[in-house]
Amino acid sequence: MAEKVLMKGNEALAEAAICAGCRHFFGYPITPQTELAAYMAKVMPKIGGTYLQAESEIAAINMVLGASAAGVRAMTSSSSPGISLKSEGISYMAGSDLPGLIINVQRGGPGLGGIQPSQSDYWQATKATGHGDFQILVFAPSTIQEMIDLVFTAFDLGDKYRMPAMILLDGMLGQMMEPVVLPEKGKISLTEKPWAADGHGFKRQHNIINSLYLDPALLERTNIQRFERYAAIKETEQRCEEYCTEDADLVVVAFGASSRICRNAIVAARAQGIKAGILRPITLWPFPTDAILQLAQTAKAFLAVEMSMGQMVEDVKLAVNGAKPVRFYGRTGGIIPSPSEVLEQIKTIAGGM
Amino acid sequence: MRPDLNLLLAGFGGQGLLFGGKVVAYSGLIEGREISWLPSYGPEMRGGTANCSVCISDEPIGSPLVLTPNALIVMNLPSLDKFIDTVVPGGIVIIDSTMISKKVNRSDVSVFYVPATKLCEDNDLKGLANIVLIGKLFKSLAHCSEEALDKAIIKSVPASKKDLIDLNRRALKLGIDFE
Repeated sequence: MAEKVLMKGNEALAEAAICAGCRHFFGYPITPQTELAAYMAKVMPKIGGTYLQAESEIAAINMVLGASAAGVRAMTSSSSPGISLKSEGISYMAGSDLPGLIINVQRGGPGLGGIQPSQSDYWQATKATGHGDFQILVFAPSTIQEMIDLVFTAFDLGDKYRMPAMILLDGMLGQMMEPVVLPEKGKISLTEKPWAADGHGFKRQHNIINSLYLDPALLERTNIQRFERYAAIKETEQRCEEYCTEDADLVVVAFGASSRICRNAIVAARAQGIKAGILRPITLWPFPTDAILQLAQTAKAFLAVEMSMGQMVEDVKLAVNGAKPVRFYGRTGGIIPSPSEVLEQIKTIAGGM
Repeated sequence: MRPDLNLLLAGFGGQGLLFGGKVVAYSGLIEGREISWLPSYGPEMRGGTANCSVCISDEPIGSPLVLTPNALIVMNLPSLDKFIDTVVPGGIVIIDSTMISKKVNRSDVSVFYVPATKLCEDNDLKGLANIVLIGKLFKSLAHCSEEALDKAIIKSVPASKKDLIDLNRRALKLGIDFE
């Protein structure tokens, strides 16, 4: 096995993208994701790639759109306020059926907010990354090794389904270091992109990449077809990890950084004889509804824990569909909940079951 | 199973606390254990108080944020005041006594006062007080083998600054030998 090295989350994401064949990065600096762009600035020129610090976030996402339209793997990264600026371009990419990787290292909001970790862009990522009827793939890693693996998945599935993919993390995961094993270089197989608007020497009709449909009937048909693809993705691409859920009376649902904190709380709760477990969504869209619905048959209650005022909890409620009570605990504004706070919540709920 | 290390290093930005934390993290990694390293980030890196959490365990690490350390290394007074009460009973506290003259009035933790900054000045090792304190941590806890610690130094020093390896080794020894 390859040697384990210590890497910051932000740097690991950059290196993984390069390993996954991405040679085109367009960005604009913002805390707490800047190490990612800095890594790209250092490495891309040495390997024949493009690192471009655009004049704004809006410019950066449109450069991703252009590069992706030409058929190459392209990406951008930012943190919460920057993603809001990119949302227009993301909508255009979705409307043009273009893949592309967008990384959001979340910080506290709304507005300029703060620079400490947060998960309060869940709604933005999963419900409305921009205007119009569309979805993007959203992945929520909880370790740095998983970030690396999900960069590959996000590029592959984005290419397969021709849609943007987002990796949603937060300042804690972006800044921390953990041991990782980097993938071997040169072992990727890229999807053919016959739709790309690239040079072909007049050997075929021009491909047109566009999101403008002035004919309502045609736009409706296009949207319906896109949602048929989304339905297929919901069937096949839901991912999650479960820990101690087999006999759990209380199932905690948490993703990313907060899932790590909850795991400590679960271990402590088990030590006190409370049958608690955790379901950790890995895909936030598609949301792992099927696994939650399955657990709703055996669990007595659910607890969503988030670094927000409560966003994912709505999807948990939709999945549970009234079968069992769903509670919420969260901290916001850049505060990371402590394992003991979560344990208190677990104890309170377990006491009332 | 070896005991977990939940280490918090705290002081001013620029004292090398993040680097010190990286050395400790690598010493765990080299011995095949689970580790995490989490810095405070933001404006405090530019002169204010900075801190760094390091966890070493035989189990997967949940929260990488050390709220209740079993080892605390402090290099300025605001950090000592902020974190001293968070140390778990039975934990150890290592203080750079050149920087902090205050004494700790807790009897349930082991406190070591090491004049690390002064030791470095006397030995022409300016800026390596952080590593002196890591040496003391190692002496007190033996959280890894001496060989792993040496390898951790080699791993942590950037390839372009290889001449710093021996200086770090000397600083480490100052901390190990200090009584």
